Amino acid sequence: MAKILEKRLIRTPDVYYFKIDAPLISKKAQPGQFVIVRLHDQGERIPISLADINPYEGTISLIVMAVGKTTNEFVMMKEGDDILDLCGPLGKPTHIEKVSRVILVGGGFGVASLYPIARAFKASGSNVVTIMGARSHDLLVYEKEMADVSDKVIVTTDDGSKGIKGVVTAALKQEIDENGADLVLTVGPAIMMKFVSETTRPYGIHTVVSLNPIMVDGTGMCGGCRVPIGKDTKFACTDGPEFDGHLVDWNLLMSRQKTYQDEEKVSFMQWKKKHEHINIEGK
Amino acid sequence: MTEDNKAKKLTTKKTPIPEQDPAVRAKNFNEVTLGYNEEQAVAEAERCLQCKKPMCVEGCPVNVPIPAFIKAIAERDFRKAINTIKEANVLPAVCGRVCPQEIQCEQRCIVGKKNEPVGIGRLERFAADWERECGMECLLPQVAPSTGKKVAVVGAGPAGLTCAYDLAKIGHKVTVYEALHGAGGVLMYGIPEFRLPKSIVTQEVEVLKKMGVEIVTNAVIGKLITIDELMEEYDACFIGTGAGLPKFMGIDGENLNGVYSANEFLTRVNLMKAYTFPNSDTPIKVGSRVAVVGGGNVAMDAVRTALRLGAKEAIIIYRRSDEEMPARREEIHHAKEEGIRFELLTNPKRILGEDGWVTGIECVRMDLSEPDESGRRRPVEKSGSEFVIPVDIVIMSIGTGPNPLVPESTEGLATNKWGYIVADEETGRTSKEGVYAGGDIVTGSATVILAMGAGRKAAQSIQEYLLTKK
Ligand SMILES: Cc1cc2nc3c(=O)[nH]c(=O)nc-3n(C[C@H](O)[C@H](O)[C@H](O)COP(=O)(O)OP(=O)(O)OC[C@H]3O[C@@H](n4cnc5c(N)ncnc54)[C@H](O)[C@@H]3O)c2cc1C
Ligand SMILES: Cc1cc2nc3c(=O)[nH]c(=O)nc-3n(C[C@H](O)[C@H](O)[C@H](O)COP(=O)(O)OP(=O)(O)OC[C@H]3O[C@@H](n4cnc5c(N)ncnc54)[C@H](O)[C@@H]3O)c2cc1C
Ligand code: SF4
Ligand code: SF4
Ligand code: FES
Repeated sequence: MAKILEKRLIRTPDVYYFKIDAPLISKKAQPGQFVIVRLHDQGERIPISLADINPYEGTISLIVMAVGKTTNEFVMMKEGDDILDLCGPLGKPTHIEKVSRVILVGGGFGVASLYPIARAFKASGSNVVTIMGARSHDLLVYEKEMADVSDKVIVTTDDGSKGIKGVVTAALKQEIDENGADLVLTVGPAIMMKFVSETTRPYGIHTVVSLNPIMVDGTGMCGGCRVPIGKDTKFACTDGPEFDGHLVDWNLLMSRQKTYQDEEKVSFMQWKKKHEHINIEGK
Repeated sequence: MTEDNKAKKLTTKKTPIPEQDPAVRAKNFNEVTLGYNEEQAVAEAERCLQCKKPMCVEGCPVNVPIPAFIKAIAERDFRKAINTIKEANVLPAVCGRVCPQEIQCEQRCIVGKKNEPVGIGRLERFAADWERECGMECLLPQVAPSTGKKVAVVGAGPAGLTCAYDLAKIGHKVTVYEALHGAGGVLMYGIPEFRLPKSIVTQEVEVLKKMGVEIVTNAVIGKLITIDELMEEYDACFIGTGAGLPKFMGIDGENLNGVYSANEFLTRVNLMKAYTFPNSDTPIKVGSRVAVVGGGNVAMDAVRTALRLGAKEAIIIYRRSDEEMPARREEIHHAKEEGIRFELLTNPKRILGEDGWVTGIECVRMDLSEPDESGRRRPVEKSGSEFVIPVDIVIMSIGTGPNPLVPESTEGLATNKWGYIVADEETGRTSKEGVYAGGDIVTGSATVILAMGAGRKAAQSIQEYLLTKK
């Protein structure tokens, strides 16, 4: 059991910040790792990245976007509630070392899990550039936080309502052309990470991506999270979640992410029906 | 002895055990075998000849005093029967159900020379179920006063649970660390409900808790805490993390949607209760035609589970012949009764797909060659015999390896070339002082009873170690 100490809406209506009491995990967790949560006895196990780690307070933070049944149930939890099962830290930490320029590229709410990574690169003495993109200005999260731990923040929006109009990859290309980079690291939807990797490939810049296949145990026991990386098949939960973006078989990853689409719909519809009486906006 | 008893002694077959009808049970997850009632158990117990030199005991990896407990059943002293079994085996309700008796105790039974051997496993199960029915008080052993010593157990499978039980009984403070959210190991996530009801496993875990054992779930050792950190806090440590890393064949199409490892398939169904989806949240793909590759217990469990989820056809693909299948005979027999199709002497070449989803599995027929030095007949491909079985789900059940999380994070813990922890067979001692290991993480995938035996031996040597350590 792990208690929710703090909850905040950070993007209307579907993205929430949670601070959770997890003394042991917070002492071991490193940027780039994740936890697995299970909310109740019939619940499924879902992976969530660490959006912050505070060993002094004994807390970790998670940013959750409500997309289906489990994440909707999650964002309905309140301060003081207990999460039934919280397991972590899982996965290999981000490899942090001093480089002259690292560009971090975040899409949507994925930016949040870049926060501890950016902070660690900054602490290592690297020059940190963050490029964050969203469809529109009201979908951006963690702008201020990222500014605190980056030397430079570039914002892009598809509709031009804030920052540069366009997608992150255009801004990335421009930034590389103008100032160069030793390392690119990206977290976000698979399709975005794919295009980031395609953008950097011609430059030969090492590009680290944080993959998010469907997981069950998160300990290397089920093999459900397997992804083809070059000639090998790797388990994202124990070998990753970070891999060389130039070696990932993106089509397979994206196809496997859709395995349970039909079942997920059934599950979510049933849940919504049960919760019709609740004002979902007011969760 | 009455005439009546003599007549029973001569029965050539085991006293039949009630089972669910195959056509009915193929559609539910309830236990297949229903167990003996008192009369049936006594009748079966009377088939035992009470040998002076009982060979059956030698066949049991933990040497259960078989004639003694069977005699007690024949005399209707069930309390004595179960106490006798428990001297050697702390999980009799589990072992009576899942031990491969036909290659262990029952294989050696003298009655089996001419007739069917005594149903030792069934009797063991009977005694254990009799005790379980009278509730927790009966199950709780006497616990010795506290010794003040603390032992950490890593992994809550049969090896870890047995080790914890024995150590707690003699008064040590034991904490079990388990990676998953539930204790039981393979008993919980692997072996299905229809073969081993989960209530039995949870009851055994409750007994441990009542004995004062603390069970910490969601604790992945190597990630959350290392073995070295445990050793700072505890006087000794036992590693029983099992062999849970699934293997794949490395053939084309293995990453398509619809290809599972048996571990994933069974975990979704057993631990995550996907068979009740959408009432439980974890989904599973219910195939209409399912192929399971492999011939062991795990393969039988997966294929019978697929059938129960609603598959119209569920097929075993195994590269050797019936005889070589490593699964328990009873499971193969049950699977056949339920209508599982067996494609033997057949090996997959690749998995075919369309739009990312499995559509079929291409196989080749095999011949068995002459026995090699090891006495094994190696299967060889019959060239030109390739054919396709149309399926929408493929489950790979070709074995597992050791999970590297603990060895990787523990300096100085010796492993062999396959990654299994090196531990002394008799004592469980590893290359690190105070650190013991046993079960599948040492031997590779084996059996419940062997894992328990290893946990028990390690508990004994940990006790000796704790006594000699200042
Ligand atoms: C390493 C990793 C880190 C992640 N970090 C975050 C995070 O920080 N914040 C966040 O909101 N989400 C994160 N996710 C995604 C999150 O796990 C899914 O959104 C969640 O599982 C969806 O569950 P659901 O029932 O709400 O939706 P569903 O309707 O069940 O699923 C929606 C989509 O989420 C994905 N998904 C479903 N089940 C799983 C599963 N068991 N494991 C992984 N993906 C699944 C599928 O692609 C699916 O199509 C992460 C995923 C991974 C693998
Ligand atoms: C589907 C299936 C059917 C089987 N059928 C039979 C049968 O009929 N008869 C029979 O005798 N045997 C059978 N077996 C084999 C038998 O179950 C195993 O040999 C036995 O369970 C091994 O016990 P163990 O305690 O060594 O490991 P496991 O049962 O594997 O337990 C290990 C435990 O350690 C945990 N763990 C792993 N890593 C860590 C970590 N880093 N930190 C904390 N915890 C960790 C795991 O989550 C698990 O709970 C079957 C196996 C399977 C998979
Ligand atoms: S523990 Fe297994 S091998 Fe031993 S007597 Fe019981 S059923 Fe037979
Ligand atoms: S060998 Fe068979 S007959 Fe003899 S004691 Fe054992 S169970 Fe009884
Ligand atoms: S989630 Fe099961 S092996 Fe990675």
